Amino acid sequence: MAAAVDKSRVPWWVSNLIVPLVNLILALLVSALFIFIAGENPIQAVKLIIYGSFGYLDGFAYTLYYTTNFVFTGLAFAVAFHCRLFNIGGEGQAYIGGLGVFLVAINVSFLPVPIVWLLAIAGAFIFGAGWAFIPAYLQAKRGSHVVITTIMFNFIASSLMVFLLVDVIRDMKQMGPHTVALPKEIWFPTFKEFAALFGIKIRYSPLNISFLLAIAASFFVWFLVWKTKWGYEMRAVGHNMQAAIYAGISPYKNIIIAMCISGGLAGLLGINEILGVHHKIVAGFPAGYGFTGIAVALMGRNHPIGIFPAAFLFGILYQGGSEVTFDMPNITRYMFVAVQGVIILFSGALENLFRPQIESFFVNRLKMKREI
Amino acid sequence: MVSPILELKNINKSFGHVQANKNINLTIKKGTIHGIIGENGAGKSTLMSIVYGLYQADTGSINVSGKEIKLRSPRDSIESGIGMVHQHFMLVENFTVIENIVLGFEGEFVFGKKLEKAKEDLQKLCETYKLNIDLDSVISDLSVGFRQRVEILKSLYRGAEIFILDEPTGVLTPQEVDELFKILRSLKEEGKTIVLITHKLNEIMDLTSEVSVMRQGEVVGHTKTTDTNKEKLAEMMVGRSVLLRLNKTEAKLGDVVFKVENLTVKDDLDVTRVKNVNFEIRSGEILGLAGVTGNGQTELLEALSGIRNVESGAIYLNDEKISDKDNLLDPRELKEKGLAHVPEDRQRMGLVTDFKAYENLIFGYHDQEPYSKSSILRDGDILSFSKKVMEEYDVRPRSPQLITSNFSGGNQQKIILSRELNENPKILLVGQPTRGVDIGAIEFIHQRLIDMRDKGAAILLVSVELDEVLSLSDRILVMFDGNIVGERVNKDVTDRDLGLLMAGVA
Repeated sequence: MAAAVDKSRVPWWVSNLIVPLVNLILALLVSALFIFIAGENPIQAVKLIIYGSFGYLDGFAYTLYYTTNFVFTGLAFAVAFHCRLFNIGGEGQAYIGGLGVFLVAINVSFLPVPIVWLLAIAGAFIFGAGWAFIPAYLQAKRGSHVVITTIMFNFIASSLMVFLLVDVIRDMKQMGPHTVALPKEIWFPTFKEFAALFGIKIRYSPLNISFLLAIAASFFVWFLVWKTKWGYEMRAVGHNMQAAIYAGISPYKNIIIAMCISGGLAGLLGINEILGVHHKIVAGFPAGYGFTGIAVALMGRNHPIGIFPAAFLFGILYQGGSEVTFDMPNITRYMFVAVQGVIILFSGALENLFRPQIESFFVNRLKMKREI
Repeated sequence: MVSPILELKNINKSFGHVQANKNINLTIKKGTIHGIIGENGAGKSTLMSIVYGLYQADTGSINVSGKEIKLRSPRDSIESGIGMVHQHFMLVENFTVIENIVLGFEGEFVFGKKLEKAKEDLQKLCETYKLNIDLDSVISDLSVGFRQRVEILKSLYRGAEIFILDEPTGVLTPQEVDELFKILRSLKEEGKTIVLITHKLNEIMDLTSEVSVMRQGEVVGHTKTTDTNKEKLAEMMVGRSVLLRLNKTEAKLGDVVFKVENLTVKDDLDVTRVKNVNFEIRSGEILGLAGVTGNGQTELLEALSGIRNVESGAIYLNDEKISDKDNLLDPRELKEKGLAHVPEDRQRMGLVTDFKAYENLIFGYHDQEPYSKSSILRDGDILSFSKKVMEEYDVRPRSPQLITSNFSGGNQQKIILSRELNENPKILLVGQPTRGVDIGAIEFIHQRLIDMRDKGAAILLVSVELDEVLSLSDRILVMFDGNIVGERVNKDVTDRDLGLLMAGVA
């Protein structure tokens, strides 16, 4: 048994910066091994990743587009986690959130554009929250564990959406499982249009003003969790339910609030994807962002300040990874799914693997310094 | 000269900024009962955990019978003949006594011959030391006193020569304590060595032949018990002279503030824990509720404070019915009516230990002005309030931003008290106010409670510490098996008398 380290003596930057960084480096080393086994040069792959995600403007814009999605799903996971709820249903909540965006936007598209946007954001939030409400209610009232119910709700959401996209809201003029497009006036302005104003020409980029919404959502989460009585009560329930009951804070109410806000944030992914990119619902648009959001939140230590860089990192991996798969024939798309998996493994499940060693290392170093 | 059975040399151990043990040197002679006394947080338990191999010392060495030993885990210390009886027993509830004892030392895959042999050996040990344990009974059927004996037997069976007992009497009735002491004396007569860790002066005077006093991580004194007395020991423990008896004036009783009528309460497993209880408390009065842990006090407190549903009966505050079977005001509504509650278990219920101190100082009052306005917390007001009360209640260190789990038990308790007393409640429910709190803080907390009483609050004090109930209460109720089995006015009562009531004998 390694000697327990006194937490109060560990500097914040060790537990919040060094430990995640070490975990990340380890994950990347293991990933490099994968790439090596696959018969490619890992160093070359790293170069490609960096070039792909930073090297040219289009690529960088793609990175930020991915970041936007990860911020939404990462924040979603984090909010629920502050109430110690493991919401792994971000995927389904995002999917249903997208339905909300589309239904609202198509029905109110006659209104002034900013109002349509606001209503669509509300629609995304409410639909996502509504999808999270059922597992939340089951957890709060019946004790059905959200891990089980939310993952099942991902499948239900997926099946429901396929049904809707095939039989109910499909664009009946064609055979593909997607809806009609929203009117062009209400599409989110894209980075491409913005860049064109400055005379910079880009081929195509999905990056749009949802990125600003992601920044706003980060502020919202920070304010909610640390500055309001709701956040205070959610954290109290999460840390010590007995104490919450003693203080007259209802666990029932707070579990539902936390889950609904979490689901709502996941739903905002629909804004980026539908108002910003596809302009219609396409089957399977959440594409795993909901799951990756869990890793983003864990890596970002459930704090918006950490989630943003973590989301950016995953954006780099997504964008740079696709660049690698273009150039390296032996590396398939699935290789990068594996890389993500390794990162999730190291920053989530194995998060505490090296923590005691790292922390005691720094604590001892600092102690020595102080004694000298 | 025979080398001492246990010798600690220059033991140092720190946790974070706190040095729990500073240069400890301790020599324990074979065949003695050696007391280690000190306030909570003085480092007694840490030291003994080092001896038992639960923690590793930063520096220093441990010798057993003159030989230096390296302790990496409890298994090492068991092999060196050290046995420990913890404050909280380490027994598997649904196993029998014998199963618990051989656990981890079975020595065979399928129980058979060795188990039979073990049983014989254990029977012999039981007879030698008059432990009187039925080896086949299931732990959950045994009383606390017997569970403790099982722990002792376990250590004996594993060949312990040195027994470390960490606050062994905390959960026992006075009669059970007598029994335990008899057993400890017989162990001593057989040549075993006993290290008794306690903060109770009476036990030291009663039982030990030598005593070491610890204060703030250091051994500050070491004497033969016959050469000292309670006052001297208390002074050594605290580092200044202490009042062992409180200055308390006669209570000025007012009107009945709080009334409980035919109250019955069930626990989570649907077992009736409080049975048809009646009492009332007047303003300006401290009503003590004595009893051994687990006789329904916890459930009673929870029902009175709005945490637990009432099965039947009713609770009145100022003649207004606040709870019965159909209605239960929640804790927040009760707070608004002037009821405050200091819960029995501060870490499980009274605090969110991961919160910062200032967050806990407003816990339960966080949605009231000035702490929050339109649901937004007002950090500035909360912090200035926190600084003020931390000063007033002498909470150390005075850092509202510090995570609560980094405060000592006594200071955590002060955080709760300052929060609950700050609103000047009409009725105050207090559970175990000084459990795990150091003597200095005990004095402070007791004085605060008496001040509250003198200001006209009605106080219900639930405590398993008889001394505490006796020194604070104006009137005492004794609870046994969910019933109030006796009521005494504090002037004419002895702890003997209360002890019999607590054991359900009288």
